[in-house]
Amino acid sequence: MIECTSMALILEGLVGNVYPIFNTRIINQNQRGQIMKKLVLAASVIALTFTSSVVMAEGTLRLLTWKDYAPTKLVKDFEAKYDIDVKITYSSNEEMIAKLRATRGGGYDLAQPSQDRISFVQKKFPIYQPIDFSRVNTDQLTKSMVDAVKKNTEVDGKAYGVPHCYGTTGMIVNKKLAPDANDWSDLWNPKYAGKISYRLKRPLLIATAFGMGEDPFALYDDKAAYRELMKRVEKKLIDGKKLVKNYWTSADTQVAIIKSGDANVISGWDGKGWGLHKINPDIDFIAPKSGALGWIDTFAIPAKSKNLDAAYKWINFMLEPENAGYWTNQASYGTASKDAIKYLNDEIKGNFSRSFPQADLDNIKWHPPVPDGFETIEAKVLDRIKAAK
Amino acid sequence: MKNRSGTFYLLMVPVLLWLVMLIVIPHLDMFFRSFQFENDDGSMVFSLNNYLSFFEDSIYWVTFVKTALYSIGVTFLAFVVTFPVAFYLTKVVAKKYSSFMVLLLLIPIWIGELVTIYGWMILLSDNGVINNFLIQIGLIDTPIVMLYTNFSMTIGLLYMSMLFMIIPMMSALESLDDSLIEAASDLGATKWTIFRQIIIPYTTPGIASGGIIVFMLVIGDYIAPNILGGKSSLWFTEQIYNKFLATFNWNEGAAFGFLLLLLSSAIIWLALRLTGQKLEKVGS
Repeated sequence: MIECTSMALILEGLVGNVYPIFNTRIINQNQRGQIMKKLVLAASVIALTFTSSVVMAEGTLRLLTWKDYAPTKLVKDFEAKYDIDVKITYSSNEEMIAKLRATRGGGYDLAQPSQDRISFVQKKFPIYQPIDFSRVNTDQLTKSMVDAVKKNTEVDGKAYGVPHCYGTTGMIVNKKLAPDANDWSDLWNPKYAGKISYRLKRPLLIATAFGMGEDPFALYDDKAAYRELMKRVEKKLIDGKKLVKNYWTSADTQVAIIKSGDANVISGWDGKGWGLHKINPDIDFIAPKSGALGWIDTFAIPAKSKNLDAAYKWINFMLEPENAGYWTNQASYGTASKDAIKYLNDEIKGNFSRSFPQADLDNIKWHPPVPDGFETIEAKVLDRIKAAK
Repeated sequence: MKNRSGTFYLLMVPVLLWLVMLIVIPHLDMFFRSFQFENDDGSMVFSLNNYLSFFEDSIYWVTFVKTALYSIGVTFLAFVVTFPVAFYLTKVVAKKYSSFMVLLLLIPIWIGELVTIYGWMILLSDNGVINNFLIQIGLIDTPIVMLYTNFSMTIGLLYMSMLFMIIPMMSALESLDDSLIEAASDLGATKWTIFRQIIIPYTTPGIASGGIIVFMLVIGDYIAPNILGGKSSLWFTEQIYNKFLATFNWNEGAAFGFLLLLLSSAIIWLALRLTGQKLEKVGS
């Protein structure tokens, strides 16, 4: 298996070294010698990358994860402790599935999809392998979370995910300029016309349904009713489109749009909102009254993982209380590690108590597994909203 | 190159490998995929449904038409904006300065599309450089909304594709003999006549090849419409991306990819026919 980076190297070698030949029609002997030298160089680069990737696979962990999920300090500690090289590829849920599907579960030793995006994918394209829980140190994990993830990622009686962290999708609000915004329904409140932004993806459709007073998760076993609900959601968001400044598309654009003042009321992730609060105290994360959407990201092992040993070592290492505590302090997301709370700094604890009073905490809507075929319904809805005037 | 030596064939091997493995085989795979359709019981059958859905659901072809019209518009704008630049660099400015100026034009390409787009965001934002400047000098009171509109998207597309219009036009203009212009001027032609009857016909192959490159770059771009474009700027490439990544329907995505290839090629063919150009002449 050739890595992407080596592939790029090979291409660079080929294009850079060989291409000039076809531009110059007359090549003298001297140049020919030069070109041959370059060619030999290119060939050896190819040979080297082939062999090196084979050799390195012995002690390498190829990790497919989200940005922020593998801080440099922990990676260095892990590499020093176990003498394993960690190669990280940053990705998102959609990309992880697409990448693993293209390689039929190869190319990576460990992935970190959200728990609701595992079972329906696994049923259709077997890209993961079951978790061997005897190799996971479950004693250091919050038991209720392990059980919930086991249940939600189950296919044919086997579980495919270990919880790593959790967080919520809610709203990030500039409290000075929009003091009363506190619910999903404010995303189509004319009061904030021109200062609203959200990410036009499936969580927003779910959030809109909750903001309209409906319960989309209750309709997960009734496709026809869900389709009808999505029609109402579509209408709501198309009607509200004129109030929207823009749809943000990534973690970076999410931060940029509220930081720059282009928008004051946006949908967003708690960790990002709290990060912004540190820079500008007027901006903060808010759990919407009709319920923040809770997600849990997991560790899942691709079907053709070449280094299972390293994968399980990484899982256990990242969830050691001290490491998990360090990670949460960095990324601001909650961890599945039980005793990590001892290592959290006050600012992180403060984030939680500020944004999640008990009532809001109890009201978090945790994403159940997405049923097969629902994303097709939602994609059409999203396309139509984006294309609407 | 009549007696092709062993070395020649040896040198061909990497290029052929590259072409076959990275271009031909993936395209064939996508081509076969585009005709496969998942029927109700979940098995894959041969079908044209993936292609038909493009025409059945108005949202898809409307998006394509919009994308195509915008691309044609941006290509035309690129010509209007860059022709004076190309003319200045080849005919007006001294040789020793012109190569330095071409270097200046190249710099944005080194930085990469994504970074230049973030640069434009800083410039165009409500509280950005341009709005701040205009407010400071008292020209406006409230910021002009520029970012996340079709305007900002057009700027982004134009900026990244301008260079590809300038270079072919420059090489066409360079071979234009100055004495032709002087002769026309001596015979009493106005500047407009010279421009229309001498310069434009002479540089048409350059304009056409630049136009093809710009059109293809713009219609296949993803980043600029996605980041700079507003809430209604659905680009056709974005729909292909969504087919692959959001709905996991690779078959329909593959079909849409081929439709993009076919339809944009058809547009170029039509444009060449209308302007009376030959592809072989343009390509050289």
